[in-house]
Amino acid sequence: MAIGTAAGLFSGLFGVGGGSVIVPLLVLWLGYDERSATATSLAAIVFIAAFAAGTQGLYGNVHVLDALLVGVPAVGGVLFGTWLQQRVDNRSLSLLFAAVLVASAVELVLR
Amino acid sequence: MIGAIAIGVAGGVVAGMLGVGGGVLFVPGLVIFLNLSQHQAEATSLLAIIPVAIVGTYKQDRYGNVRRGDALLLGLLSLGGAAGGVALANALSGRALRDAFAALILIVAAQFVRRALARPA
Repeated sequence: MAIGTAAGLFSGLFGVGGGSVIVPLLVLWLGYDERSATATSLAAIVFIAAFAAGTQGLYGNVHVLDALLVGVPAVGGVLFGTWLQQRVDNRSLSLLFAAVLVASAVELVLR
Repeated sequence: MIGAIAIGVAGGVVAGMLGVGGGVLFVPGLVIFLNLSQHQAEATSLLAIIPVAIVGTYKQDRYGNVRRGDALLLGLLSLGGAAGGVALANALSGRALRDAFAALILIVAAQFVRRALARPA
């Protein structure tokens, strides 16, 4: 119950799925292995994101066309990413991803 | 338009490889490359996440990794929090929300660095 509430709050506030909250809590509190935690978190995110997007829509903040332009190609990206995951070193990718996030944070704050 | 598609593909690849939602990349991408406001980017990111999560869930479910009962319970329990989060986001100024988001992605970045260094090559 606490996991659900925290994840929802997080997702609504920051516009992200909430997986970065759900996955560690499922592992730590409910003893999930990482794979089940990630998979179960994804399924929960479908509900969370749909509800939060609908609520944001009431505030008039949702750009539907942009969401489609980002979301539909992203599906292809996920399939490719899942395939690639088996074939490259995840460690360097994690570090690259972290670097992109740091650069994004700096760019956002300086804007 | 090209920018939006590039953000989508990049976010999706990372989501597939690292098991994170695309949101942490969609939001800054929408702000930096498409000039949406922080509020608009977060709202738009939420909608963009839905198809990604649906396809990801479908694939994972075929491997038997999704605990359906827990997922449903978790999803339903989170709705109140999500409504509160959206209301809170809209009560904050764009600048405050943006700075908080920047702090969030720095924390996520730190988690990934720790994970990468902890795991043997």
